[in-house]
Amino acid sequence: MSSSDSTIRERKRQPISTGSEWTFELIRQYDREIARLAERYALDTYPNQIEVITAEQMMDAYASVGMPLGYHHWSYGKHFLSTEKGYKRGQMGLAYEIVINADPCIAYLMEENTICMQALVIAHACYGHNSFFKGNYLFRTWTDASSIIDYLVFAKQFIMQCEERHGIDAVEELLDSCHALMNYGVDRYKRPYPISAEEERRRMKDREEHLQKQINDLWRTIPKSASKTSDKDSTRFPVEPQENILYFLEKHAPLLEPWQREIIRIVRKIAQYFYPQRQTQVMNEGWATFWHYTLMNDLYDEGLVTDGFMLEFLQSHTSVVYQPPFDSPYYSGINPYALGFAIYQDIRRICEKPTDEDRRWFPDIAGSDWLSTLKFAMSSFKDESFILQYLSPKVIRDLKLFSVLDDDQKNELYVPAIHDEPGYRSIRETLAAQYNLGNREPNVQIWNIDRRGDRSLTLRHQQHDRKPLGGSTDEVLKHLHRLWGFNIHLEVYQGEQLISSHHVPPKAEAEASGEYPRLDLMIPPI
Amino acid sequence: MSHVIDRRLNGKNKSTVNRQRFLRRYREHIKKAVGEAVGRRSITDMEHGEQISIPGRDTDEPVLHHGRGGRQTSVHPGNREFTTGEKIARPQGGGGGQGAGKASNSGEGIDEFVFQITQEEFLDFMFEDLELPNLIKRHLTGTDTFKSVRAGISNEGNPSRINIVRTLRSAHARRIALSGSSRKKLRTAETELECLKREQPDNLSDIRALEDDIIKLRARIKRVPFLDTFDLKYNLLVKQPNPSSKAVMFCLMDVSGSMTQSTKDIAKRFFILLYLFLKRNYDKIDVVFIRHHTSAREVDEDEFFYSRETGGTIVSSALKLMQEIMAERYPVNEWNIYAAQASDGDNWNDDSPLCRDILINQIMPFVQYFTYVEITPREHQALWFEYERVAEAFADSFAQQQLVSSGDIYPVFRDLFQRRLAT
Repeated sequence: MSSSDSTIRERKRQPISTGSEWTFELIRQYDREIARLAERYALDTYPNQIEVITAEQMMDAYASVGMPLGYHHWSYGKHFLSTEKGYKRGQMGLAYEIVINADPCIAYLMEENTICMQALVIAHACYGHNSFFKGNYLFRTWTDASSIIDYLVFAKQFIMQCEERHGIDAVEELLDSCHALMNYGVDRYKRPYPISAEEERRRMKDREEHLQKQINDLWRTIPKSASKTSDKDSTRFPVEPQENILYFLEKHAPLLEPWQREIIRIVRKIAQYFYPQRQTQVMNEGWATFWHYTLMNDLYDEGLVTDGFMLEFLQSHTSVVYQPPFDSPYYSGINPYALGFAIYQDIRRICEKPTDEDRRWFPDIAGSDWLSTLKFAMSSFKDESFILQYLSPKVIRDLKLFSVLDDDQKNELYVPAIHDEPGYRSIRETLAAQYNLGNREPNVQIWNIDRRGDRSLTLRHQQHDRKPLGGSTDEVLKHLHRLWGFNIHLEVYQGEQLISSHHVPPKAEAEASGEYPRLDLMIPPI
Repeated sequence: MSHVIDRRLNGKNKSTVNRQRFLRRYREHIKKAVGEAVGRRSITDMEHGEQISIPGRDTDEPVLHHGRGGRQTSVHPGNREFTTGEKIARPQGGGGGQGAGKASNSGEGIDEFVFQITQEEFLDFMFEDLELPNLIKRHLTGTDTFKSVRAGISNEGNPSRINIVRTLRSAHARRIALSGSSRKKLRTAETELECLKREQPDNLSDIRALEDDIIKLRARIKRVPFLDTFDLKYNLLVKQPNPSSKAVMFCLMDVSGSMTQSTKDIAKRFFILLYLFLKRNYDKIDVVFIRHHTSAREVDEDEFFYSRETGGTIVSSALKLMQEIMAERYPVNEWNIYAAQASDGDNWNDDSPLCRDILINQIMPFVQYFTYVEITPREHQALWFEYERVAEAFADSFAQQQLVSSGDIYPVFRDLFQRRLAT
């Protein structure tokens, strides 16, 4: 976009810098200029907090999966060790930046970067991601940027106190179990309460007591009256299947102590905080990439950066948006940067220079104001619906997308659609479905608990397209067993038909040990 | 509005705790790997960390996910040759090709989780549960040197240590306290006098009386001394024992004809292990090498391990030399003395009781620890049995063990320095 008007471009100003070294003054200057340009597009952002860190600190940030402060757990140490190893041997570079959805929005710049990279990161993170966090409906609904830091501080302190009081091992075991079920700690359809540390602290005590009371109620063993009990026995509990397993455990697991429930809650809340990020990878990265590309070109158009700077920028930009083909040794799925960037660029093209094809496919946006269309696309969708709405035939052709049907009952793979006229719609739907979390993760819900019998918990997995559960399922069920304290059954259904079941402890053993005595509460707590 | 913050200086090792947690969780795996490494590596090679690998399935965190199979449709980029409706042979083996994108996060984990521990962590694991005997005792015996450290303020001391600021401050406080009531009276008397002078200038008697009072009060205030012995404050110095951070390690080895090179290699490993171990506890370590056959000589390290000699064996010669060097160069109040002796157990029979006497009377009372390793697969000889009596006399600071092959070194070493709870 810069080439056309480069001839008329007047070099009004001197470039901000000519070397590749950065200084704090230069970072501030670039930030000011980029902010000024972003203003022209009316990008709505949280205030920025730009932090310059070393490579080691970047590895730290990596290890805590992007949380600026996390509670202690060995799994973060594991991440750290593998990152460290990869980095020290030169097998992998570190990300240029990490950005945190908070208010103010925190972006980390790495010390090693050149000034060009720093400017790229500022444009990408501080104006791209930042405006996405503030604008996208999922983030607005699910996360409260102003309180996340407070909440993480609260969580860290609480878990540290628990470690002091109950021992590191007890807390670690509990966290292991919670992490195994972390993806099942989200209400997908209900709007959650925003989290706030102060509120949490204030209400924790009340909740402890209240919760315990409720649980006691649920597990009351003295029948109120004969007729009522027989009534209740015939109905399932929960009445509706529950998808939020952690929530259910927090509220109803019979043997947990209040602090254990609180830790489940913390893991659940953090899962909730990351939930929008998992659903908007393509949109979020694409949006940030689109804006760094646009803003950096604007800098160049105004003569604020040199040709060398621009070449360096383009070199890293192209490697970020590179999509290796399916048969390349580097192929590991679709690159969200590439796909997202291509879609946003194409939306702009459709608005500015629509072709006949575009008018047919996108009658409502072809020729419209690109900026407001783009912002609408950013704010009102998640990956799945975004692709379904905006993946254009041109992008499908450019990326040469094709779909493959792998059916384990057939000997051969089948290609249902490729990048041609009859295939566009099918490709678009298949790709969108690929980003649907509901498809990606097995559908497992809590079906019933045996309140009057052995207190066992029964889950149901509804199979989709006969896709089986992965190998670590039994391990997860063991963790669930640890939290629940009684037998766990997982029934796998295909439609209405029960096709297999998992049991913890394994069925044979459980039967051998006989039934649980009904009023026996001597089972040791976890 | 943006803020740019330099965070490079703070909070560097945020992951340290998590890293430690990880090491703690997999401590059994790591200990095993370290144990194997110690057996495998050459001991001069102890100065670096170790690569630890743990089976991937042990470190995996399980999650619910889809496995392979069923009916899966996926979209991939970069089509070149496929057309709609085409059938493709299913690629063999895992990994590449279709479906890989989705399967990659399923963590079927066949590979190992490999990571590096530092030299420090390596040695920590190696020396775990070990503690130098008597190390703590030495700290408490009082034979150490002392250093003076400031320990606040006291009321007694010698004049050179007077703390002037504190002294004047307390004098000031005392003066305020002692003259307080007099000054109050003085103030009221003065105002009264002024009133009187203004209102009844002719009431001379009262004025005179007040004036007398004022003079008396002033005198009383003046009598409060500016500085009293009571005010004197002194800087307090206390003596703190300064645990000696110097150690000397005597390596005694038999180099007579009966010691083969491989026996010497085993001895060498033992010495180096001891050296590394001491290095962790002391700032400065001297090593004295004494080799002997029928006569003893102090030599440098190279000669100690590698030059060949032949002849009979008189162990007491080495002990005598050690005792002389101790007396001459390493005063007990400054140095922690350790000794390690390696031998194949051969000694001239009449010499063994003499060795015992030298040890019991002239060496053992002054050393922290004396270890004797006998590197032989054979029966013990006279020397061993004499040493057993030394061990009876100095149960805390004398240890002897038998080594057969280099694989035994580490367990024996651990045995020798096993944490002694009783001492």
